[in-house]
Amino acid sequence: MTTDEPLVLGIETSCDETGVGIVRGHTLLADAIASSVDEHARFGGVVPEVASRAHLEAMVPTIERACETAGVALYDVDAIAVTSGPGLAGALLVGVAAAKSLALSLGKPLYGVNHLAAHVAVDQLEHGPLPEPCLALLVSGGHSSLLRVTDVTSAIDPMGATIDDAAGEAFDKVARLLGLPFPGGPHIDREARSGSSVAIDFPRGLTSRRDLERHRFDFSFSGLKTAVARWVEARERSGEPVPVADVAASFQEAVCDVLVRKSLDAAATEGIEDLLIGGGVAANSRLRAMAEERASALGIRVRVPRPGLCTDNGAMVAALGSSIVSRGLPPSSYSLPADSSLPVTSVLAG
Amino acid sequence: MLLAFDTSSPTVTVAVHDGTDVVAELTSAETMRHGEQLTPLVDQALRQVGIVPRDLTALAVGVGPGPFTGLRVGLVSARTMSYVLQVPVYGVCSLDVLALEAFDTGVVTGPFVVASDARRREVYLASYDEAGLRAGGPDVQRPADVATALPVVGEGAALYPDAFPDGRWPLRPAAGWLARCVVEERAELHDPEPLYLRRPDAEIPRAPKSVS
Ligand SMILES: [Zn+2]
Repeated sequence: MTTDEPLVLGIETSCDETGVGIVRGHTLLADAIASSVDEHARFGGVVPEVASRAHLEAMVPTIERACETAGVALYDVDAIAVTSGPGLAGALLVGVAAAKSLALSLGKPLYGVNHLAAHVAVDQLEHGPLPEPCLALLVSGGHSSLLRVTDVTSAIDPMGATIDDAAGEAFDKVARLLGLPFPGGPHIDREARSGSSVAIDFPRGLTSRRDLERHRFDFSFSGLKTAVARWVEARERSGEPVPVADVAASFQEAVCDVLVRKSLDAAATEGIEDLLIGGGVAANSRLRAMAEERASALGIRVRVPRPGLCTDNGAMVAALGSSIVSRGLPPSSYSLPADSSLPVTSVLAG
Repeated sequence: MLLAFDTSSPTVTVAVHDGTDVVAELTSAETMRHGEQLTPLVDQALRQVGIVPRDLTALAVGVGPGPFTGLRVGLVSARTMSYVLQVPVYGVCSLDVLALEAFDTGVVTGPFVVASDARRREVYLASYDEAGLRAGGPDVQRPADVATALPVVGEGAALYPDAFPDGRWPLRPAAGWLARCVVEERAELHDPEPLYLRRPDAEIPRAPKSVS
């Protein structure tokens, strides 16, 4: 099937959001989301079994809501796309099984797609065709990757990734240290606004000359998290109050500095003029501001989808599915596995 | 035309019932990998009977108890197909499916027990009366706590012969018998809600531990 404006339904269940999106070509028609984030909050992180149970309960109601919002009948859909990896195995499986049942029942083709590629493809819903090649920085609670995107449907090369914690994970852990709620990102961002980003000189992971030799475009946030913990403990031991706003601002600055510095270095090295930032951490106000400021000095354009499209959602999966259908690529089989460690080089899974 | 499937055991089982009898019944070649095997088997079963999904008038699904990950594959598939095809979906306790087969085939006559593998050295267990009707359970139990000399149907007896010396066939539920449970109304029919019987493993974290 090759068509310019396919009507595609996309399903996303790789973590704690049950997302169902519907697009026609690259026009967004619906982006229904059910989140189990509140059920995880008291555990301080996503509990896989809790997420999987929630996906089962939310799946059909979310499909229903997406169809209502889009004003389309399921039988009119041209194709079903679903995140087949990477992500939490049990959570992915619920979405993949639902997508297969939809495809089989409707007699429509099924496309198992890569979650990271979908984070890139979603930008087309907001800013039009992707400049290719472009460089994509994807940062969330589950991933921190730097990707060279030659063709979002078929050619994505990893340039760097975190070697320990994901960026969003670092935000969650530092938020907990500071007594801020889960998920930590928005709370750190808000606290940081009234703090000083130069109050404390937290370490920038993998930026020493020696580290750059082996890990030029990789990230590390575990040492930063430990440094923040040590600093806060030392303060507490000395009986002084912890300046939450300053810690938040200085920590955030350290994370953003490394992310932006390495992204721009990669863009310059590859001669790429467009940087796309996606994933939940892309909603961070300091990251957006710093990237835009430093990139424009280098003549690099920055694209960041609006926050609702940066976090995990079904529209991103539908957007990628739509690009794949337009290219006439072959559908996945009904034996498509959920692959928790699907590499980003596999945009479309068997 | 009723489509039935169960993913509560290590085996995926699919059947089609035409209102008179089971007209197709398929079992997965491999154990586990429910997500990869269910839809191809459903597709194959429908083709074998020569029908398309829109010809279906009802669905039946085993609601467990069983290992959660596989169980959910069956349930989300049944719910999604039911929604798309606008046909009812009936949930049946998977232990009842084993019980009906054992009862109807004369493997058991008096009161008996059905026990399946709940992992972690436990079993999912239900007891049945001499008419083959469920009298207790399903529960999750340690075999030694519920040891019995009664006939025990299902994999539990094979795994824990000390507690269940009188093991009987069948070992795992078969979708043909699940279909009969629904068509002949021989078991309690439920909404397609999973019988987890256990809470998720999750601990509320303590205060952050010291790093220095
Ligand atoms: Zn993501």
